[in-house]
Amino acid sequence: MSELLKISGLHASIETEGGPKEILRGVDLVIPPGEVHAIMGPNGCGKSTLSYVLAGREDYEVTAGEALFKGRDLLEMEPEERAAAGVFLAFQTPVELPGVNNANFLRTAVNAVRRARGEAELDAVGFLKAVRAATKNLSMSDDMLKRNVNVGFSGGEKKRNEVLQMTMLKPTLAILDETDSGLDVDALKIVAEGVQNLRSPDFSALVITHHQKLLDYLGPDRVHVMAKGRIIRSGGPELAKQINEEGYTAFLKEAA
Amino acid sequence: MPAVTETREQVEKLGQSSYKWGFETDIEMDFAPKGLNEDIIRLISTRKEEPEWMLEWRLEAYRSWLKMKEPTWAHVSYPPIDYQDAHYYAAPKKKAGPKSLDEVDPELLRTYEKLGIPLHEQAMLAGVEVPEGEEARLPVAVDAVFDSVSVATTFRKTLSEAGVIFCPISEAIRDYPDLVRQYLGSVVPVADNFFAALNSAVFTDGSFVFVPKGVRCPMELSTYFRINARNTGQFERTLIVVEDGASVSYLEGCTAPMRDENQLHAAVVELVAMEDAKIKYSTVQNWYPGDENGRGGIYNFVTKRGACRGARSRISWTQVETGSAVTWKYPSCILQGEGSVGEFYSVAVTNNHQQADTGTKMIHLGRNTRSTIIAKTISAGKSDSTYRGQVKIMPKASGARNFTQCDSLLIGDQCGAHTVPYIENRNMTARVEHEATTSKISEDQMFYCRQRGLSEEDAVGLIVNGFCKDVLKELPMEFAVEAQKLLQISLEGSVG
Repeated sequence: MSELLKISGLHASIETEGGPKEILRGVDLVIPPGEVHAIMGPNGCGKSTLSYVLAGREDYEVTAGEALFKGRDLLEMEPEERAAAGVFLAFQTPVELPGVNNANFLRTAVNAVRRARGEAELDAVGFLKAVRAATKNLSMSDDMLKRNVNVGFSGGEKKRNEVLQMTMLKPTLAILDETDSGLDVDALKIVAEGVQNLRSPDFSALVITHHQKLLDYLGPDRVHVMAKGRIIRSGGPELAKQINEEGYTAFLKEAA
Repeated sequence: MPAVTETREQVEKLGQSSYKWGFETDIEMDFAPKGLNEDIIRLISTRKEEPEWMLEWRLEAYRSWLKMKEPTWAHVSYPPIDYQDAHYYAAPKKKAGPKSLDEVDPELLRTYEKLGIPLHEQAMLAGVEVPEGEEARLPVAVDAVFDSVSVATTFRKTLSEAGVIFCPISEAIRDYPDLVRQYLGSVVPVADNFFAALNSAVFTDGSFVFVPKGVRCPMELSTYFRINARNTGQFERTLIVVEDGASVSYLEGCTAPMRDENQLHAAVVELVAMEDAKIKYSTVQNWYPGDENGRGGIYNFVTKRGACRGARSRISWTQVETGSAVTWKYPSCILQGEGSVGEFYSVAVTNNHQQADTGTKMIHLGRNTRSTIIAKTISAGKSDSTYRGQVKIMPKASGARNFTQCDSLLIGDQCGAHTVPYIENRNMTARVEHEATTSKISEDQMFYCRQRGLSEEDAVGLIVNGFCKDVLKELPMEFAVEAQKLLQISLEGSVG
């Protein structure tokens, strides 16, 4: 298959007090297996909305277009079915779950996904082994597994926790929604390495970012510029460098 | 459509079909005629082969009850109860002679097996064949009460070797009359309240526990209540007395078949803790809650009270309340002994049309007495849940302390949660704290969990269990696991 994800003419809107507001206005995007693509664009251009729509958040109404994932109609699937199929969203703002133990949450999620994929569930020992290896790679302390999901985590800890979940859930498509925001240089490097460790012909990523730095680590295959709810320009890694130097203004003029 | 709404709708579709304990056992029963009068009370007393004083006690209670009015202050509503339209005694017919476990009607044993209640000592003791991933259960002594009578009590021999008495209360009245007479009604007097008076008049069975001086009860004790017969009320009476320096952990569980009519359950539990004694009383209440339209279900009107009579004694109530159509229940502590401690940990779940008005009373009489109240309320569907608590510090309770925390979690937008704390402080040196929160399961939380592959039910279960963690950790381990599963099931059928 030459495409893992194929989005065509995707329109989506959100309900506001003043009626529905269209945010995605005809997104076209193709991600082949094994590739890392980046999406850049000014605030409010619809990047996060795209990630939510792909992951199945119900606040958005898809009004036109389609998204095929491994040839299946992604938009028809429940969020948990998408997760089982291999879609993972690293949240821009990871959600706190008071009283829910982080390790317990992770194991429940891993086994739910494994069950849905027809794989054997991990027992306590197998899980612990796998999670210890993953936390070590991410320079996370065991203590973080004992705490409640994201409760009292620093910004950097939350992001690392997202990458830990991603590592354990083994997605075929990871959508990283500004996972680099608010990270210091060292944390950024750890997170980037976490993503790099997953790279394989069976792993693709859609990286939403404002910064050149993360892309330097990841070396994206393609870079897309998004504005006003559409992809207005696509190119190689050099596009990111150009944005970094010139900003979005030139692209926006072009698009208008 | 918002995730939570959709979950709720899906869950509503499930209705109460998720109540797995709703089957009925077909067994030959011995009923008293319907209705309540002195003759019925005499009949119960005769059936139970009770001494004369017991009958007098019952009649006194009945006469007080006639003069009392049903309480109306609770935040619950239900149609008037016709107290003459029920059987006050219903017992499985038994063959003559005393019975060991082997002689218990196999149909009854099967019923308890279906309910997951271990009545086979042998199998339990051997402890073999623990399914993978499950921890070996510690032996638990069980008293099984079926409608009006106790049908089996396990591990009595092991317990009596330790000096612990654990038997049906009807038997205790015959075999240990002095002990029973000394303590029965000493914590909850016969005319304490409408339902307690009714119970005192007509109670049929329940458990009696006596732990003598210095003895630490060697295993968990448990009573399992089952209402099976139609048109009967269950009026059980439990009395637990723990002497100086002794301790016991006791658990009660309850279920009932699914029926269209309401059934009344009015129990009285009395606990007495002497010097340095400890009583841990845990309840997993799963009476049939009625269907999704609010038809049927148990009226659970219960008086539970513990007296910390001795210095440094401790009584701890832990309850997980998921069942019943209407719950009216306030397990309380009278903190009399100097430095005695009362604790109340509660999770109350209501769904569909269930109503719960539950909480506790902590009455501080002695110096340096302490109490802790942690109450978690979860409301879903069209249900209504109220925490009602009273903390009373009397003039002599110098240095008394109380901490209360009440948290409510709402699922959906048609349910209600109410917190009604009464605080009365008559001693300047006492310290009383009250904290309360109300929250909802957010759509962000649901989406986050589902994006990680969890089904809606699992996500709700996880979040709710997290919300209840402070209470669940107080339950004996094996029961904590069951309670967690029960919460999830109740929420499948009641929340979203």
